[in-house]
Amino acid sequence: MSQLKPDVGPTDHAQGSLEAPLVLVEYGDFQCPYCGEQYPEIKAVQEAMGDDLCFVFRHFPLAEAHPHAEHAAELTEAADTVGKFWEMHDRLYEHQSALDDRSLASHAQALGLDEALFQTVLDEEYEGRVRHDFLTGVRSGVNGTPSLFINGERYDGPRDAGSLIELLKAMRELQLQQG
Amino acid sequence: MSEANPMPAVGEPAPDFTLHSTPDQTISLSQLRGHPVVLAFYPADWSPVCGDQMSLYNELLSEFRNFHATVIGISVDGAWCHAAFAQDRKLHFPLLADFEPKGAVSRLYGVYQLPEGISERALFVIDAEGIVRWSYVSPSGINPGADGILEALEKLPTSTGAKA
Repeated sequence: MSQLKPDVGPTDHAQGSLEAPLVLVEYGDFQCPYCGEQYPEIKAVQEAMGDDLCFVFRHFPLAEAHPHAEHAAELTEAADTVGKFWEMHDRLYEHQSALDDRSLASHAQALGLDEALFQTVLDEEYEGRVRHDFLTGVRSGVNGTPSLFINGERYDGPRDAGSLIELLKAMRELQLQQG
Repeated sequence: MSEANPMPAVGEPAPDFTLHSTPDQTISLSQLRGHPVVLAFYPADWSPVCGDQMSLYNELLSEFRNFHATVIGISVDGAWCHAAFAQDRKLHFPLLADFEPKGAVSRLYGVYQLPEGISERALFVIDAEGIVRWSYVSPSGINPGADGILEALEKLPTSTGAKA
């Protein structure tokens, strides 16, 4: 069973407390259609699990196969510098058919990122950050997207919200029983 | 089921072969001595998987280059098929055609699958002297990723591994 390497930490993009009893990590690519399908499922899981769950997103753009994936990932990092990583993450998954540079510019504008900040995306200032995530994925045995890890362990089961919620609730129940 | 021919064991020489990399070019394993080689057998071009095995290696060419390693994909598809696949996926490393006699090199490496008539997903890391240093056969249908390859390349002694 593949293990997440390294474990989640303060440099990760997280929704919820890193100290939460359940931590779900997704390696994703903004242009990958399967990641697009995963997006609402994760939202439903977060809704159902509340504060028990921390959701972490790490970049895994397959840039040769998905020509817009790299800049899309870098745009979320640019948005992160003004505290809007998750807003951009959501927006891109909700507009997966519009991810070319011109569309990315309009997404940046829609979230109030100024032109200078968008220019840092075109200058690929965040390439290293995205590549860092990608390589942690490779070391963790990620072989495609989306890849999920639950509390540090690779999860290869069904990825629909119902299955994930059932599993996470069972894990939480067990944790509570074991005190 | 695999052919009876066993996989070359770790510590044994990797069997030499010559296969077409393009319709008019061939590559021999023995030509690649002096640097590590990653041999990646895979079932077929055009498998309908997002982020397939070859695309992943394609993204990692700079990491492999840090080890001065050459990556080679091998399947039973013909050279023209490989050319179209490589162009479509923008692959920047050679794909060899184990096409005639069909699967001969896959059989030589003990990774030919019958009755399907395709290679298994099998990885071999071969050192600069042509010795097998690591191998892995992935369960059917599972992309083996690249973590095992990178760990194996890291473990190569510098005398037989990464030479400048």
